[in-house]
Amino acid sequence: MKEPAMNEQSKDERPSGAIRVNGHDYQLSFDERTTVLDALREHLGLSGTKKGCDHGQCGACTVHIDGEAVLSCLTLAVATHGQDIVTIESLAASDGTLHLVQQAFIDHDAFQCGYCTPGQIMSAVALLAQNDQLSDLEIRDGMSGNLCRCAAYPNIVAAIKAASVASKAGL
Amino acid sequence: MNPITYECPADKATAIASASNDRDASYLAGGTTLVDLMKEGVLRPLRLVDVSRLAMTEITRFASGAVRIGANVKNAQAARDPDLLSTYPGICEAILSGASQQIRNMATMAGNILQRTRCPYLRDAAQACNKRDPGSGCAAINGYNRTHAIFGQTDDGASDPRSCIATYPSDMAVALAAHEAVVVTQSAYGEKRYPISDLLRLPGDAPHIDSNLLHGELIVAIELPPFHGASHYLKVRDRASYAFALVSCAVAVEMKGDRIDKARIALGSVAHKPWRVPLAEAMLEGRNAEADLFRQAAAVALESARPYAMNEFKIPLARELIARGLLQATGLAPMEGVAGTAFAASVGGVAVNNG
Repeated sequence: MKEPAMNEQSKDERPSGAIRVNGHDYQLSFDERTTVLDALREHLGLSGTKKGCDHGQCGACTVHIDGEAVLSCLTLAVATHGQDIVTIESLAASDGTLHLVQQAFIDHDAFQCGYCTPGQIMSAVALLAQNDQLSDLEIRDGMSGNLCRCAAYPNIVAAIKAASVASKAGL
Repeated sequence: MNPITYECPADKATAIASASNDRDASYLAGGTTLVDLMKEGVLRPLRLVDVSRLAMTEITRFASGAVRIGANVKNAQAARDPDLLSTYPGICEAILSGASQQIRNMATMAGNILQRTRCPYLRDAAQACNKRDPGSGCAAINGYNRTHAIFGQTDDGASDPRSCIATYPSDMAVALAAHEAVVVTQSAYGEKRYPISDLLRLPGDAPHIDSNLLHGELIVAIELPPFHGASHYLKVRDRASYAFALVSCAVAVEMKGDRIDKARIALGSVAHKPWRVPLAEAMLEGRNAEADLFRQAAAVALESARPYAMNEFKIPLARELIARGLLQATGLAPMEGVAGTAFAASVGGVAVNNG
């Protein structure tokens, strides 16, 4: 009989260590195979980060680790010791004011079902942090790791473009 | 379910000792291949040795002009490095035409080289695959073989225990092959240097083995010999971004006056490793750069190809990419985008649609 694959998690999980999310330190018990995505959603109740393909093909699970956009579904939680994980939950200000990229997605109707949106926004924020003078072409290429099954792509590009203008204007 | 252990050694010697002494150990760096294949049940390591924190993160240029890239340099970092962009633009183009921004942020130079084939049968436990389950056969030979090899494959029939027609997926390594990169490793037996074409291997009679590394042998750096010329990478794929190559081609050309002094050509996604075409390269040396010569060399390069029912298209595609890559690298034809970017490497798609 074949051994169960990785997703069939063992129930008797052992303490694995620390994880730092949105500025908070947590001490969690999880199997060493647990991904950051599962740690966020199943252990910390942070369900803003979405599980799409779970194989690094769709980008729905995009978070920032030490400022870089990465795929939480292909990152083992145990391997993030000492690193800062930032999720969609921390983008808005504490008074509820949305991040300018979040606001731009609303203003430009950059989604339909919304499932890919947290990943899209996390990728867009990282992209703009690197370069806020992007052409449409560079936006499309920079965002190609985030699939949208509703095909809201034209509005996503428009939202990111608008956010980059707002960002340059210091709004 | 088997318990698994995780460790994050502070130095290379500890990591190498730990991995070398345990057949069930696997190095973990960016995780983009390993974690995915663990989920699929294709890889089942019981000990993860995390090498991602080891200090192998520098890009160093030597007085000779050679460049050494640490194994843990992220793909995204390498692609924007000024020394690589100015001297080896084809490598930057290859990196940026591969995967997505998130994956390039995660993947390391060494891990990119060691990524495993995207043959769909490797990942499907219900299908025969000599790479996953040695001896089970090769379902691709009579199956969906559109993306498979046309050079260097082992094909003794779908049920033969040696058969494997998988292709190697890395874009970056194709450009490294054209630049004759050397991969530096450390193991319990000391340091070793492999020309990249000797590190990777054809399936031969052991298709389950991807590279010539020993178990526990650790890639520590990639060295690029000095280069005074033009290099370029071209990639054709099913969609304009974030797709594996159907066929790709890296060229690196050094001129002496009007004549080609040295030309190196490597094809991607046509074999189990980057496929150099030495007969075509030799035809170019000492000759003036011109379109007819490039087309003759391209024809010779594809003469020994052995295609399958669904991938005969790779032959004219590869011929065209060799000719076009040489034309663009030598300045006889314009590139579609700025050199050193994904847009220079993309044939059609994003670059053309957006001017």
